[in-house]
Amino acid sequence: MKRLLTAAVSAALFAGTAQAQQLNFDDPAEFARQREMLTAKANGPEGEPWVQYYGDQMADTAQYRKDGPHTICFSNAGVNNAWRVTGWTNMQAEVKLHPEIKELIHVDAEGSDDKQISDIDDLINGGKCSVLIVSPNTTAALTPAVEKACARLPVIVFDRGVNTKCPVTFIHPVGGYGFGIQAGEFVAANAAAGANVLMLRIVPGVDVLETRASAAKRIFKEKGLNVIGEEFTEGDNAKTKSIVEDYLQRGSIDAIWMDAGATAVAALEAFEDSGLPLPIITGEDQQDFLMKWKAEGFKAIAPTYPTYQWRTPIIAAVKVLNGEAVPGPEWVMPQPSITAETLDQYVNEKMPPLHHAMCGCEKLPDYPAAWGGK
Amino acid sequence: MIRETAGSAKTHAAARAGRLPKINPVFFVLAALLVAITLSNPNFVEPTGYMNFLKRAAPLAILAAGQIYVIVSGGFDLSAGSLITLTVVGSSMLLDNNADATWWVIPVMYAVGLAVGVVNGVVVSFLRVPSLIATLGMMITLNGAAFMWSSGSPRGYLPETFRFFGRVNLQGIPLVQFLPVALLVLMVVGTVLFWLMHRTNLGRMLHALGDNPRAAQMSGVPIEKVRIIAFVISSLSAVTAGILLGGFAGVSTDVGVGYELQAITACVIGGAQLLGGRGSVPASIAGALTLTAIFTLLNFIGLPKPVRDVVQGLILIVAVVLATYRRNRAGGT
Repeated sequence: MKRLLTAAVSAALFAGTAQAQQLNFDDPAEFARQREMLTAKANGPEGEPWVQYYGDQMADTAQYRKDGPHTICFSNAGVNNAWRVTGWTNMQAEVKLHPEIKELIHVDAEGSDDKQISDIDDLINGGKCSVLIVSPNTTAALTPAVEKACARLPVIVFDRGVNTKCPVTFIHPVGGYGFGIQAGEFVAANAAAGANVLMLRIVPGVDVLETRASAAKRIFKEKGLNVIGEEFTEGDNAKTKSIVEDYLQRGSIDAIWMDAGATAVAALEAFEDSGLPLPIITGEDQQDFLMKWKAEGFKAIAPTYPTYQWRTPIIAAVKVLNGEAVPGPEWVMPQPSITAETLDQYVNEKMPPLHHAMCGCEKLPDYPAAWGGK
Repeated sequence: MIRETAGSAKTHAAARAGRLPKINPVFFVLAALLVAITLSNPNFVEPTGYMNFLKRAAPLAILAAGQIYVIVSGGFDLSAGSLITLTVVGSSMLLDNNADATWWVIPVMYAVGLAVGVVNGVVVSFLRVPSLIATLGMMITLNGAAFMWSSGSPRGYLPETFRFFGRVNLQGIPLVQFLPVALLVLMVVGTVLFWLMHRTNLGRMLHALGDNPRAAQMSGVPIEKVRIIAFVISSLSAVTAGILLGGFAGVSTDVGVGYELQAITACVIGGAQLLGGRGSVPASIAGALTLTAIFTLLNFIGLPKPVRDVVQGLILIVAVVLATYRRNRAGGT
């Protein structure tokens, strides 16, 4: 009883601190840690960032060793944006590389916490899963469901995290600060002191997006840039274009910083349609932006939140079921930016507009057709 | 018989006009907002200022001008936003990056719109499903269709030939320097829809149907047919709005989200009665401009987002209260 109580209290304390950490979107220590990681050398084979990792802490998985063939279960937060569409395609293709996988059971939570909680319940009670992969819809809400699953089978979490250390590993790239730093430093290096920067964001309140913005703001402040506005576009092209047009009527914009690149082309079109030269801009690895960049040659950088991270959970799952050690409790993978020098490697006019070029998918089965390319 | 109804409606309207200020208050609200925008940003009176504004407002204005037909007939069309999405996504799929395909893709999308309108109308008229539910079902269906077609992510670009309508400004126009094609489209569609609603028998039958379906039927209005036509007009306007929006900003898979409610709001700001029987095309277009003006003004003032949401909500409520006040004074049909 006493042990149970201690466990409960420490769990509550842990959850409390995790919550507090989560709400602090401007943490100088984490900012510094991620800044360092961006230039650090990752372990693992060169040119295959989806199996690379930072640090050398490994999770022992001997206890999960199991004979094949395996059924891998995947509880997916949703396939509700182009990033997740590319990622989900990567994952399905990765499965084809592993003959020991008999079946991938995919359950789509359609962006709902409630549905994902009951999805996970159904999967563990169904008794078919050898391993469970979870891409949580939100961190706090999914934590109890993941803990419940951990008691029954090995769990691998990726993309967004959960407030528990019970999964075998949590796979994710460097992080939101890293993204904000890459984009922020590019603007700071290319714009004159006092230049006008417009920050375009999707929505407020999402941790991985808040940290991108706070990291960039920290850098802009250090370099004395003038942030003329911070606007939320909801990822809507028309709204983005209207906002930028309105700012252009009121004054000049030297640089546009974006926390996600889906609407970058719309922002640029506002300059074109107003007859103005294109600004310094930070986008992401969507093909439409890369193609525009190549065609117009403006000053840009494309930090990525790489979709190749969708391959890694399958690779990790197979390793876990073979009893091989995997990086854990966190598997932090590289998060490269596309720059003017590397642009040609990634731009590909045969791929659809919102295909995320940093997919590590070029050598996967059914490329490019499965990704909508020609 | 129909002529009789129309005649009596006319006398009724004439009698009402005597007791009322002739101008719909939405035009005053709109004028006040435009003055406020100009004060906060003097550049607004330059052609780039007001033309950009009108270009941006055109899709919503066209959508509202179509939606008002359904509202006057006593219904709602919630499927309009999803039809916009389907138009943009479907066009990008059919065009397949081929600029020469625009000439046949646009008629195909109008055919889709026609079919959607007919289905909406038939379900409401003959199957007696309330329009709120019927068009909600259509909205879900169309969103699903757009998703299935594109697998959730845009699969192609819209070539410049297609984007012409929503993006291009015709240069070298006297007085205004340039004229957005979208504004031309709005003027043409607005004129046609104004004429249909306020100068033809169809318009009178629509008002009669929305005012009192039973009485309309008794006096010989073919209510099923009229209702179907209303839904078809709304759907065709949604396709037009979709072509303009795709042109303005390119492909995205959620471009139409929320547009149906904005269009209904625009109609209400323009003094339309939600249960039918009253509404005007110019006032609905003015309502759409008012709504866009609110967004633009708040962009210009540069208030933080939460404050902006509060102010936006308050202005909306005031605008609707003004519209309702006028209706009450008119004796509230």
